[in-house]
Amino acid sequence: MALLEIKNICKKYGENQVLEDISFKIDQGEILGLLGENGAGKSTLMNILFGMPVIHNTGGYEGEISVDGQNYKPKNPTDAMKFGIGMVHQEFMLIPGFSITENIKLNRENTKSSLTGKLTKSNKLNRLDTKSMKSDADEALKKLDLKIDSLLQVENLPVGYKQFIEIAREIDKTNLKILILDEPTAVLTESEARDFLEIIKTLADFNIAVLFITHRLEEIKSITDNIVIIRDGKLIETAKTADVSIKDMAKLMVGRDISTSRLRKNKQLDDKDIILELDSFSVNMPGEQVKSINLKVRKGEILGIGGLAGQGKVGIANGIMGLYPTTGKIYKGTNRIPVNNPRAALMDSIAFLSEDRKGVGLLLDNSIDLNIAYTSLEIKNEFLKKVGFFNVIDGNKVKSHADKMIEDLDIRCTSSKQNTRFLSGGNQQKVCIARALTLKPDLLLVSEPTRGIDIGAKNLVLETLIKLNEEYNTTIIITSSELAELKQVSDRIAIITEGSITSILTPEDSDEKYGLAMSGKKYEEVTDDEY
Amino acid sequence: MLVPIFFIILSIVGFYFSGLTGDFVFQQMILRLARNLVLVMSLMIPIISGMGLNFGIVLGAMAGQIGIIVIMNNGYTGFNGFLIAVLVATPIAIILGYLVGKILNKAKGKEMITSMILGFFANGIYQLIFIIFAGTLIPFKNKDLLRSSGDGLRNTIDLISIKSSLDNLLFPNSPYPIMTFVVIILLFVGIYLILKTKVGQEMRAVGQSMHIASVSGIDVDKTRIIAIIISTVLAAWGQLIYLQNMGTFNTYNNHEQVGLFAVASILIGGASVNKVSWKEVVLGTFLFHLLFIVSPLAGQNIAGDAQIGEYFRVFIAYGVIGVALILHSWEENKKKSLNLNFDLNNS
Ligand SMILES: Nc1ncnc2c1ncn2[C@@H]1O[C@H](COP(=O)(O)OP(=O)(O)OP(=O)(O)O)[C@@H](O)[C@H]1O
Ligand SMILES: [Mg+2]
Repeated sequence: MALLEIKNICKKYGENQVLEDISFKIDQGEILGLLGENGAGKSTLMNILFGMPVIHNTGGYEGEISVDGQNYKPKNPTDAMKFGIGMVHQEFMLIPGFSITENIKLNRENTKSSLTGKLTKSNKLNRLDTKSMKSDADEALKKLDLKIDSLLQVENLPVGYKQFIEIAREIDKTNLKILILDEPTAVLTESEARDFLEIIKTLADFNIAVLFITHRLEEIKSITDNIVIIRDGKLIETAKTADVSIKDMAKLMVGRDISTSRLRKNKQLDDKDIILELDSFSVNMPGEQVKSINLKVRKGEILGIGGLAGQGKVGIANGIMGLYPTTGKIYKGTNRIPVNNPRAALMDSIAFLSEDRKGVGLLLDNSIDLNIAYTSLEIKNEFLKKVGFFNVIDGNKVKSHADKMIEDLDIRCTSSKQNTRFLSGGNQQKVCIARALTLKPDLLLVSEPTRGIDIGAKNLVLETLIKLNEEYNTTIIITSSELAELKQVSDRIAIITEGSITSILTPEDSDEKYGLAMSGKKYEEVTDDEY
Repeated sequence: MLVPIFFIILSIVGFYFSGLTGDFVFQQMILRLARNLVLVMSLMIPIISGMGLNFGIVLGAMAGQIGIIVIMNNGYTGFNGFLIAVLVATPIAIILGYLVGKILNKAKGKEMITSMILGFFANGIYQLIFIIFAGTLIPFKNKDLLRSSGDGLRNTIDLISIKSSLDNLLFPNSPYPIMTFVVIILLFVGIYLILKTKVGQEMRAVGQSMHIASVSGIDVDKTRIIAIIISTVLAAWGQLIYLQNMGTFNTYNNHEQVGLFAVASILIGGASVNKVSWKEVVLGTFLFHLLFIVSPLAGQNIAGDAQIGEYFRVFIAYGVIGVALILHSWEENKKKSLNLNFDLNNS
C-alpha cells in the first residue's frame, strides 16, 4: 500500500481550472519529483495536500487523498501535521522578528508547567521552556550541519540559511512522514543546493517520503526515484526518473524543444566609456565577502559575474546598492556615489533585482500592471498625466506597458488587472523582472534572474534583458550561479573566488579556463585584459 | 525615541512656567499614575498581537461602570463593594471583549478605526440603557441614583462609599495609594508572565504575521479574540480603579475619553502601533498627565488665559494620535515603494 495516494484531484480558482484529474502515489522513503512550467499547478497541488487556507477560501478541491490507507481530507495545516505531512513553502514561512529557535518551534513550543498553567489546566498557559527549545533547535540544526547561533533573529540572515532553517523546522517534527518541498533550492546557491540534496537523501533513508519541486532538472535527475510531469494542470507523464533524459523532461514540460545556444550578438564597446568603476571595493556580506576588488564596466556592456557559492559574487551587487557594509569607492561615470546608501544608488539610476526572491516585495493586493509601473512611477515620475493641476496615474499607459511585458516575458495571468497575489511563484518573479526593466536604468544589476523560472521561460527572460540593453543601451551586470546562462548573454564574465576577481573571461573561452578560474588559480593565460 | 524626548522637554518647559511646586506636582502625579496606569496597560496586548491601538477599551470602561452602578444600587460599600463591582464587571467585559474580537476579526487591517467606531456605537447603547431604560424597564432600588423625574441615571453619582477602598486597603492612613500600586505591579507581572507562555508566543507570532501563524497551525482568530478579551477586562478593572480613586462618577462622560487618553498616553511614551513594553506605558502615562497638570497654569502664566493651556493639551492629545497613525501608514508605504525587491520583510 502506498504511503500517500491522490486520486482524480481537480481544483478551480474561480473559472480558472488549475488542476484536472491528477492522480499519483508515493511510497515510504521515495523521492518524487514534480515537474511543470511556471503556473502549471504544482504549488496548488501541494497546498491542497497541506490543507492551506487559500484552498479552502477559494472553494476547496475535488478528488480523494489517502495517507497510509486512511482517508485524508485536510481542512487546515494542523490536519496535515497530524498526518505527518510537513511542507517547506515556495515563499518563506519564517517570522522575521523571531529567533531561529522560535521559528523552528513555532506552535510546537516546549513548555514547562507553571502556576498559570496548573490553575487553568491548559498547556497554553504553561511557560515556554526556552532551554529545551533551544537544545531541540540546535539538534535539528546540527543534523543539517548548520553552525549558527540559534538565538539569532531570522530577519537579517542570508537567504540560504533561511531555507535550511525551514528544513530544520520540519525535521524537528517527530512524526514527519511526508515532506513537501516547493522549490526549496530556488533560493540556494549551487553548493548550498548540493548540501541540501544530500540532506533530502538522508531523510529518504529514514523512510520519509519526499515530494520535491524544482526547476533545475539536474537536481531531479540526481535525487528523485520517480517523476510526475504536469502541464497546464494536466498530468502528462509519470515515470521512473532513470527512464527519462533531462532533455525529454524539458520537452515534456513545455511541449517543445529547448535551445541553450548563445543569445547575445557580439557588440562593439568603447573601452574608454566607463559607466561603473569600483576602486578597492570591499563588501562585508556574511558568507559572500568581497575583498578590495577593482573593476571597470563599459557603457552598454553586459557583464557576467560568476563563481562558486560563498566566494563573493553575490556581494558585489549588494554592496553597490549599499545593502551591506561597504568600503572603497564607487564611480558612476565620473560621479562618485556614496557607499552604504541604497537611496543614492537608486537615484543615480542604478536598479537592482536581488537574489533574495522570497521577499519579493510585490504589492500583492495590487494589479500586475501597477506593480510593473510602480517603482518607475515613484522614482522617475513616469506613467503620469496632468489633469488640471494634478499629476495622476495614466491608467492606459500603465496597462499597455504591462500588456507588452506580459507578452514578452510570457507572464501567465488572466489579465494585467489580476492581483499579483494570485500568480504562481515563477510568474510573480517575472513581474519583478518586468518592474526592474521598466525602470530603464543606466545600470541594471540582476542577480540570479532565472531562478525559479521554468526552463522554457528562461530564454525569454534573458532575451528581454538583451533587448533592453540593445534598445536603451542599458548596462547590465548579471550575477548568476549558472555558467551556461552567463555564457548565453554576457560580453565578458568575471569569475570571483575568495572575494577577489580571479579572471575575466570571454564567453568563447574553454570550459577548462573557467574551471581553472573557479578554482581560484590565477594563471596568466586565463586572464584576458585588465578591465 | 523622538516622541518621548519631545514631550519630556515640553513638560519641563510647562512645569517651569506653571509656577507649581515640585511637591504638589509629585503628589498629583502619584495619584494620576495610580488612577490611569491600568487603563493604559490594557492597550499592550492588542498591540503585541498586531491589532494596533484598541480604542475598544471604551467598552471595558463601560463594563467597569456597570459594576459600579450595580453596587451603588444594592448599597454595597467599602472594599467589599469594590470587589463585588469587579466580580460584576469582569464577566460583562469578557462578553464585550469577545464580541469586539469577533468583529475585529472581520475587519483585519482596519482594527483601529473599527474599534473606535465600536466605541461610539457602544456609547449609544449605554446611553439608551441608562437614560431611557433605567428606572423604567430596569427597576432601581436606590432611587438616589435616578433623576428626580424617576427615569434615567443622574449625571453624577457620588462614590464616597467606596472612595479609596482599594487605594487605602491595609494602609488606611497613608496619603499614597499603596495597594493600587501593588495591584498595578501585579498586573504588569501578570502580563509579562502571559507573554512568556505559549499563548503569549502565539500572540507575538500572530502580531508579526497572521499568514505564517495560521500556516503553522495557530488559530489566529482565537488568539486575537483572547487578546481583545484580556484588554477589555483590564480596561474594566482600570476604570474601577480610576473611579474608586476619584470618588465621583460622571455617568455619561467618564468612559468617553478613556480610549483617547490611554492611546495618547501610550504613544507619547514612545510606543508604536506595533511595538510596546511596560516602560512606554509608565513613561507615557506620566508625561501625558504631567502635561495635564501643568498646561492650564502654564497657559495662564504665558498667555494670561488658562483656556489656552487647556486647548493646547487637548490639541496635543488628538494631535499625537493623528501623527502616530499617519507616521505608521507612511512607513508601511515607504517600505513598499522604495525597493525593487530588496524588501527584507516577507510581503
Ligand atoms: N490564490 C490564487 N487565486 C487565484 N489563482 C491562483 C491562486 N494561486 C495560484 N493561482 C493560479 O493557479 C495557477 C497555478 O499556480 P501554481 O502556483 O500552482 O503554479 P506553479 O506550478 O507552482 O508555478 P511556479 O513554478 O511558478 O511556482 C496559476 O495560473 C495561478 O495564476
Ligand atoms: Mg509554485
